[in-house]
Amino acid sequence: MQNLDQIALEAAAAFAATDDPDALEQVKARFLGKNGRITEQLKGMAKLPPEERKSVGATINQAKEAIEAALNARREAIRRLALERRLGEEYLDVTLPGRRESRGGLHPVTRTLERIEALFGSIGFEVADGPEIESDFQNFTALNTPEDHPARSMHDTFYLLDENGQVAEDILLRTHTSPIQVRYMQAHVAKYAHLETMPEIRIIAPGRVYRVDSDATHSPMFHQVEGLWIGENVNFADLKGVVADFLRRFFESDDLQVRFRPSFFPFTEPSAEIDVAFISGPLKGRWLEIAGCGMVHPNVLRHVGIDPEKYIGFAFGMGPDRLTMLRYGVNDLRLFFDGDLRFLRQFI
Amino acid sequence: MKFSESWLRNFVNPTLSGDAFSHLLTMSGLEVEEEERVAPLFDNVVVAHVLEVNRHPDADRLNICHVDIGNGSQQQIVCGAPNVAPGLKVPCALPGANLPGDFKIKIAKVRGVESAGMLCSAKELGIAEDASGLLVLPADAPVGADIRAYLDLDDRLLTLKLTPNRADCLSLTGVAREVSALTGTPATYPEIVEAPVGIPAKRAIVLDAPEACPLYCGRVVSGVDGRAATPDWMKRRLERSGIRAISALVDITNYVMLELGQPLHAFDNTKLDGAIHARLARAGEKILLLNEQTLELQDDVLLIADDRHPVAMAGIMGGEDSGITLDTTEMFLEAAFFAPQAIAGRARRYGFVSDASHRFERGVDFGGTRRALERATQLILAICGGQAGPACEAQATLPQRQPVCLRMARLAKVLGVSFSAEQIGELFARLDLTFKREDDNFIVTPPSYRFDIEIEEDLIEEIVRLHGYDNIPSRAPRATLSMLAQTEAARPVSRIRHILADRGFQEVVNFAFVEESWETDFSANTAQIRLANPIASQMSVMRSSLVGGLVANVVTNLKRKQSRVRVFETGRCFFRDTQGTPVKGFRQPWKLAGLAYGSALPEQWGCASRNVDFFDLKGEVELLLAPAVACFERTAHPALHPGRSARVSVDGNAIGFIGELHPQWLQKYDLPLAPVVFELDLDALKLARLPKYSEVSRQPPAVRDLAIVVDHKLELQQLLDGISANQPAIVRDVLLFDVYSGKGIAPGEKSLALRIVMQDTQRTLHDAEVDAAVQKLINYLQQAFAAQLRV
Repeated sequence: MQNLDQIALEAAAAFAATDDPDALEQVKARFLGKNGRITEQLKGMAKLPPEERKSVGATINQAKEAIEAALNARREAIRRLALERRLGEEYLDVTLPGRRESRGGLHPVTRTLERIEALFGSIGFEVADGPEIESDFQNFTALNTPEDHPARSMHDTFYLLDENGQVAEDILLRTHTSPIQVRYMQAHVAKYAHLETMPEIRIIAPGRVYRVDSDATHSPMFHQVEGLWIGENVNFADLKGVVADFLRRFFESDDLQVRFRPSFFPFTEPSAEIDVAFISGPLKGRWLEIAGCGMVHPNVLRHVGIDPEKYIGFAFGMGPDRLTMLRYGVNDLRLFFDGDLRFLRQFI
Repeated sequence: MKFSESWLRNFVNPTLSGDAFSHLLTMSGLEVEEEERVAPLFDNVVVAHVLEVNRHPDADRLNICHVDIGNGSQQQIVCGAPNVAPGLKVPCALPGANLPGDFKIKIAKVRGVESAGMLCSAKELGIAEDASGLLVLPADAPVGADIRAYLDLDDRLLTLKLTPNRADCLSLTGVAREVSALTGTPATYPEIVEAPVGIPAKRAIVLDAPEACPLYCGRVVSGVDGRAATPDWMKRRLERSGIRAISALVDITNYVMLELGQPLHAFDNTKLDGAIHARLARAGEKILLLNEQTLELQDDVLLIADDRHPVAMAGIMGGEDSGITLDTTEMFLEAAFFAPQAIAGRARRYGFVSDASHRFERGVDFGGTRRALERATQLILAICGGQAGPACEAQATLPQRQPVCLRMARLAKVLGVSFSAEQIGELFARLDLTFKREDDNFIVTPPSYRFDIEIEEDLIEEIVRLHGYDNIPSRAPRATLSMLAQTEAARPVSRIRHILADRGFQEVVNFAFVEESWETDFSANTAQIRLANPIASQMSVMRSSLVGGLVANVVTNLKRKQSRVRVFETGRCFFRDTQGTPVKGFRQPWKLAGLAYGSALPEQWGCASRNVDFFDLKGEVELLLAPAVACFERTAHPALHPGRSARVSVDGNAIGFIGELHPQWLQKYDLPLAPVVFELDLDALKLARLPKYSEVSRQPPAVRDLAIVVDHKLELQQLLDGISANQPAIVRDVLLFDVYSGKGIAPGEKSLALRIVMQDTQRTLHDAEVDAAVQKLINYLQQAFAAQLRV
């Protein structure tokens, strides 16, 4: 019996002295293999008298189980050690940058236009579009600005040459986005001609516009957003409400000051210029001209076939370039059209 | 319009500080665009009388002056000004004075001589640039008077940005009338009396174009002194209004125009022959104007002529030959009403505007024409002497002011706020608008000076303007709610922009007018759309492609040491097209163009560096179009490398192109590497697909790989098209996963590795039928493309 305990102790010590999985299996053979010492013991049982065999056998099996347990424990320990060693070797510098394309970005004015579209979209304004080469009629006359009207000199217009190199009489680059409202109203009236009351018109129309003007604050091409709401009951107080609401949401400033002051546009009456003043920041306290607006002139409505006695509405026009400049603190309009990536990447 | 605030306050003087006054004007629609002080702040400067001037004993250029500074006191002042002389009246800064530029005056010794103050130049007072000598004051300047008060230096100059409808405010009295209405402060206007008639001289006046000129007043004034000096007060007011003083007669006409808003013209009466005619020009008729321009006139230009010649472009500018000079002794003074539509646009057509045309085309008060003539006569007689002839006047039908009706209900509907009848009546009264009340209607007859009250809305604007835009509430509108359409089979442009931005492209906005050579180089455009009045030659043609702008973006960014450029733009392009709509003759489609230049990926440690190529950008285009599958076919394009460019089409419709920029443009535009560009019709990109379910097969796919060797010029698309037309039914998909040429492959050939995916939705495929299908494909490829199986 002593002999068996001794064997088990020896086996445990031999296992513990082994670090390598293959060597461990060889050590195992010395005890549990075909000619191993436990196996020898079992073979020796044959010489014992039958009445002793049972108890001796049980004792040998106990020793065998103890040795197997020690073996398994050692196997597990060796595996764990090996894993630890491997994990220790598998090392990354996690501070190295990831493998990637860099991100591009939208033009800052597009960013503004998307925000404008989303804000107005949230109260049901759809986006409308129109041509940039426009007829003189749609750009001016349909907007109650007949030829020789002094208001035309407010717009320095780009004209085009025809195929023969002569100035094309009736064609120009639109000087504002207002002709879009004319086209939209015409289409709307035609679409709902069969109804007694047409649905409301609520649109904003962003786009590029053109004027003969170029300095630090003027670009010969720039952006405008036109807004139009026509319905049976739309009034000047609504106009003030919508525009002020927009400006405060756009600048994310509930205490933005907004003022309306009388102005003149041939296509609205009454007309207003809209100024804002910030209560903090570098432009604090200065009134900044930001948009023009007014109640749509009855002549404009009549022209597109809308009865100004039944329908009424407002229109406004804003400069998204200027809104962008104020929003992000850009101080030179020309940067928008220069394609300088160092500038544009700031708006990613 | 620019004018002096103190002149305006002569007519109406509300108790409002400068800032509040400007605010009032701005908020009533007369926007104060600019306000400036006449002089910077300074104090303790008085009018001094130079009594004695003696050379400084120790300095050649200095004089010791004794000056009288009023109250009988005298000062000794050392002065270096070359023009100092006994008897002059000059400004003197007393000890203790603070001059502009933080300059304090103290009693001091100058080269050993005590000096108690400083005699000043205009520059030292900050009122003009002249530093050449002392500012010499008029001989009658009161000694000891504060110079600020004497020269009215606390005055401010206001510039109004008047809208074209407010012609009635193009004069001091007009603005005064407005201020009076706004504040309730009564205005006083210049007292005008009819000039005594001293001579009988007259001129007949003939209104040949009575619609264009329905009222013409004039008179002869003889014995005037053309060289008389313009009084200082008048000069000052003119100069502070931005009008240069010229001679008394001219100055008086300008002064009256500023004061009353009526442009006047002065002829030399001896240079007129016979009657005065207001008539339309005969086509081709010529006139030499005061600005020394000779114009050949069109027949819609109104002229003032005598019996022989045109003598003025009516309401715009006088003729050189009939104008007054310093030697004029006999003048003919004109005050007329010219209809706005007869003047509008005429001056602009010839490339100039004048103060007169600016006013006449907006509308001049025809009720004040005669008064202006009398006012000018009064001033001429007082300043230049002479005797006036009787006022001659010819009148046809003047514009009629039609009554305009304001309905109280309409007012409330437009503004969203109700006004009581009393309020309305009070506001109209303040504006001097006479009205009749009929129930809830106000019938207003506008005065002759208002050209902007024609419809009800005009009256509504007057009401709200005077009431104050600020006093209209700002209200959240009420509307019937209905949802906006959301078309799933379309995607908004913003989605496309975001995809590109997320893929590393930066959006740019380039001008729509471009250099002519871009149109030739990148589009070979022979039907260019040119601007009639471009701002510069490199912005003279409307673009038919966005590519030129993107290439230019690369060039500018390379100059700024940005070596990797990925940019895109969406914008309209412009084509002549007789079928074009909605503007006839032009097609203006939206396009999207992208460009990649430099390394394929940003420089980084984990990827081998290489330059972007055709397939990088093609991948972007494919992603952008997905789930639509585009077809790429070799094409020739003026902008692109002929071997490395393709036409892009979807569902058989060409939607754009992609390719490397042509090597000749690399050279011309100085690009070291080839940019790859694409341009697509934006409308095609906006199409999306409504997803449609189809059954997912539960059967395992069978996959076989094939490597074949074919001619290196065989296009994959041709091969795939052939396969798809001839493949066995169980073939689901054929994918290319490798292209190889080089060692082991004969020159002129290439190896393509294809993965064949086979599947049946209903059952598992047997090896035998899979093998048979693959064999069938191999046979086809051998037959159709002389492909050899690579083993």
